[in-house]
Amino acid sequence: MSESSESAASAPSTRSAVATILAKDLRIELRTLQSVPSMVLFSTTIYVIFRFGLDRTRLDGALAAGVLLVTVLFAALLAINRLFVAEREQGGFEAIRLAPVDGTALFFAKAGALLVYLLALELVALPIFWLFFLDGAAGLLPLLPVLVLLDLAFAVTGALISPIATNSTARDLIGPLILLPLLVPPMIAASAAGQRLLEAGGPSYDRYGTWLGVLGLYDLIFLLIGWAVFDFLLED
Amino acid sequence: MNVPLRALAFVTAVLIGGGFALVFLYAPTEADQGFIQKIFYLHVPLAIVALLGFVVAAVHAIRHLRTGDALHDARAYVSIHTSVIFGVAVLITGAIWAKASWGQWWVWDEPTLVSFLIVFLLYATYYPLRYAIPDRERQARYASVFAITAGAFVPLNFAAVRAAESLVHPRTFATADGGLPPTMMFAFLVCLAGIAALWWTLVRFELTAKRTSAQISRLRRALDGDVPAPGGGGVAARIAPGVTTS
Repeated sequence: MSESSESAASAPSTRSAVATILAKDLRIELRTLQSVPSMVLFSTTIYVIFRFGLDRTRLDGALAAGVLLVTVLFAALLAINRLFVAEREQGGFEAIRLAPVDGTALFFAKAGALLVYLLALELVALPIFWLFFLDGAAGLLPLLPVLVLLDLAFAVTGALISPIATNSTARDLIGPLILLPLLVPPMIAASAAGQRLLEAGGPSYDRYGTWLGVLGLYDLIFLLIGWAVFDFLLED
Repeated sequence: MNVPLRALAFVTAVLIGGGFALVFLYAPTEADQGFIQKIFYLHVPLAIVALLGFVVAAVHAIRHLRTGDALHDARAYVSIHTSVIFGVAVLITGAIWAKASWGQWWVWDEPTLVSFLIVFLLYATYYPLRYAIPDRERQARYASVFAITAGAFVPLNFAAVRAAESLVHPRTFATADGGLPPTMMFAFLVCLAGIAALWWTLVRFELTAKRTSAQISRLRRALDGDVPAPGGGGVAARIAPGVTTS
């Protein structure tokens, strides 16, 4: 029948499925404000704790990069823990299995949502960091590509590991436990680039391109891995 | 491929015995570090074999996801399990070597050791991951996804740590290879073969033990008929994957 062949042809493409799920997630976030405001609050509190933990009021170089990146990492873990909670509680995993779309769409959409959350977080957390700890803002602009690539690393690995953690009995424990060692390489690259950019005497671009390359390579590899294996997390 | 376990164990014993004999009787004592350098013949092969074991596990995991055969999952599990145990030995022998030659139990300037620690920390989470997923079939699938992801992570991590180190410190302690004299190289290769054979024997041993205990509980169920098997599935159920295929 021509009608059935037409309906098969009009099955949504992976791209439109990604866009739909991503839009759904961002709309939920806008209405409930579950993740991003908590991440901002959390980051600000972590800054205060670092101020006393390190007993420093101004930061530069490796210490500045470390405080900023570790804070973003911990804030990302908060969002990653919550990333698939709605899917588990309201049957989203079953729904994506029933829908005539590629299950990998869920992976790309979730990675995209996480990336948007992290960028939104940094939009607020980075100026606060500058206000609290930095003397000059010269290093912040070249720091942006580093942060974006690091966020992408968090987003891709987070979207891959989060459903594993969410479907286990030790949810909030398993996610960070697996993610922290997995995120050591991008943290190494981002700190190495960041500590030179935030130096007291003005930013230095020593091996800046190399570190961006390492971050980009990491992002690409984990994007491909997620693409290859994510489907197996949805089967039942 | 299917060497009898007994023969494999015998070969392992010969290789390790011969390797250690070569290390202590044949290979010269290193001029700089002296006797403690002999730990190199244990530490480096253990590290190489443990890392290769993780790669082997990733290959088994890929085969598991493609075929859905629980046997491949069992192989991946046992490979990671054995490599993690080897990993503990790597970190301990590494710490002893560091203490003896550099005066500290842990040095952060040694990129290989630091990379190994990160890889070890990642693979150590394999156990809490498995035991946190009650459904066996799903547990096997998730564990395979983990094994593949972690397998790809290993080379990436080594590259990143090494890049970070070479920036600040030049590599002062060149390990092995390159300038190794032939007598030392020969002893090293025999030790490497011995440790690899040990890894293989242990993997085969654990797989055989699992298969046997699964068989016993199956026979017991058949024998008792109405009496339910203890613990609902016997020993095999307690150890993560079910190896019922023989």
